Amino acid sequence: MGGYGDVKLLREDGKRLDGRAIDEMRPVTIEAGVLPAAHGSAMVTHGLNVAVAAVYGPMEAHPRKIQRQDRAVIDVRYNMAPFSTGDRIRPGFNRRSREISKVTAEALESVVLVERYPRSKIRVEIEILAAEAGTRCAGITAASVALADAGIPMRDMIVGVASGKIEDTVVLDLDKAEDNYGQADLPVGILPNTGEIAFLQMDGDLSIDEYNLAMEYNFKAAKEIHEEMVDALKRRYEGGEA
Amino acid sequence: MSEGQVGAEQRLVTPGMVIGPSSGKRAGSGTITENNEFIATRVGWLNEQNNVVSVSPINSAYMPRSGDLIIGFVAEVRNNLWFFDVNGPFQALLPMSLAPWKVEFGSTRQHLGIGDAALARIQEVDETHNMVLTMKGVGLRRINEGAVLSIPVNLIDTLRGENNAMVSRIRDATDCRIIVADNGRVWVHGDADNMKVARELIQTLNQEGHKNTFESAVEALENERGEH
Repeated sequence: MGGYGDVKLLREDGKRLDGRAIDEMRPVTIEAGVLPAAHGSAMVTHGLNVAVAAVYGPMEAHPRKIQRQDRAVIDVRYNMAPFSTGDRIRPGFNRRSREISKVTAEALESVVLVERYPRSKIRVEIEILAAEAGTRCAGITAASVALADAGIPMRDMIVGVASGKIEDTVVLDLDKAEDNYGQADLPVGILPNTGEIAFLQMDGDLSIDEYNLAMEYNFKAAKEIHEEMVDALKRRYEGGEA
Repeated sequence: MSEGQVGAEQRLVTPGMVIGPSSGKRAGSGTITENNEFIATRVGWLNEQNNVVSVSPINSAYMPRSGDLIIGFVAEVRNNLWFFDVNGPFQALLPMSLAPWKVEFGSTRQHLGIGDAALARIQEVDETHNMVLTMKGVGLRRINEGAVLSIPVNLIDTLRGENNAMVSRIRDATDCRIIVADNGRVWVHGDADNMKVARELIQTLNQEGHKNTFESAVEALENERGEH
């Protein structure tokens, strides 16, 4: 972050390199129930990102030492496919994917009613098929929809969104160039109905005013994505009856 | 987001959606109360009966309750008990004292081996999901013939119909013996052709998941069979 001051990220007409306005999100599409074998699943495309999430469980937690007598544990595995970026990613866990798995699990534990399923485990697998900055947000959004699709009781769904700063301007939803050469990145997980924040990370520096503006953008975007999430779940069961 | 209100029209809700104010009503399954408002916790259809607001989930895992009739597969055998896979989060335990046979210590494998299916009832479930099964009871037995199919737990009621009307119609139309267990497993037994028809019918329900399509499939079958 920073140190790339000579890279132009804003055009002279005030728009960004891909033609978006500073508070404009990349297009998001969501589909629920994409994997027939999983108990619940979802696919999220966010710009050029493609994230697929699968949910299995609740099931008996193994190994036994991870069991909690009073609640379920959420086992998240975030993984980027080797072909998800231009430079091939070495398959398997790495420092980054471990971190994202951990923060995603902690965010999801705050919304899933884990106390309903003591001693069990809910397995959430997030696979990033294509990456273009913002995969952890796309992953969280996909995981929420997949959990809802699996019928796991939740207080709310989490929407993953990010804002950032490029050329001293706060912008919504960084793309790859903006993420690589920008000054800050602020991914958050928002509970759209209560406005609570389930996770928040910040990379780079933002002043308080910039932070507030970034969060304002995030909340605005979260609302749009949430509508899409609800729509995806409803679409899946259209025409159905109890 | 508080779309619409609790009305006659069936409303599809998603987790986190505000259903409405909680005054004077009670939260049923699939809902929680927060800040005097009901909030849905699952994707499903909203119900309101006797002042209880609940969500009947569209998709859900099987959660065992005592008294449930289940079809289980033996997953593990010990000298004095069996562990059953009952399609739930945890395995269920069948002690030899609750088996329908006179079982000697160490001879459990002679009655039920790994992979065998049995019709049993859930005796009790405790708060940490420990489950005890019983096979003492009318109709509870080892399953030696026929086929065990799976359906999503939320479609059991659709398959059974009101007072088991639907499953009776399928029994008559296909000439099969059918038992719909509470854990999403269905036992079908008949001659090969009839079983095939019954399986295809249940497959329709699995794929479509909608009451209307399924009903018309059953009706079509009845008409077809009636003509022969």
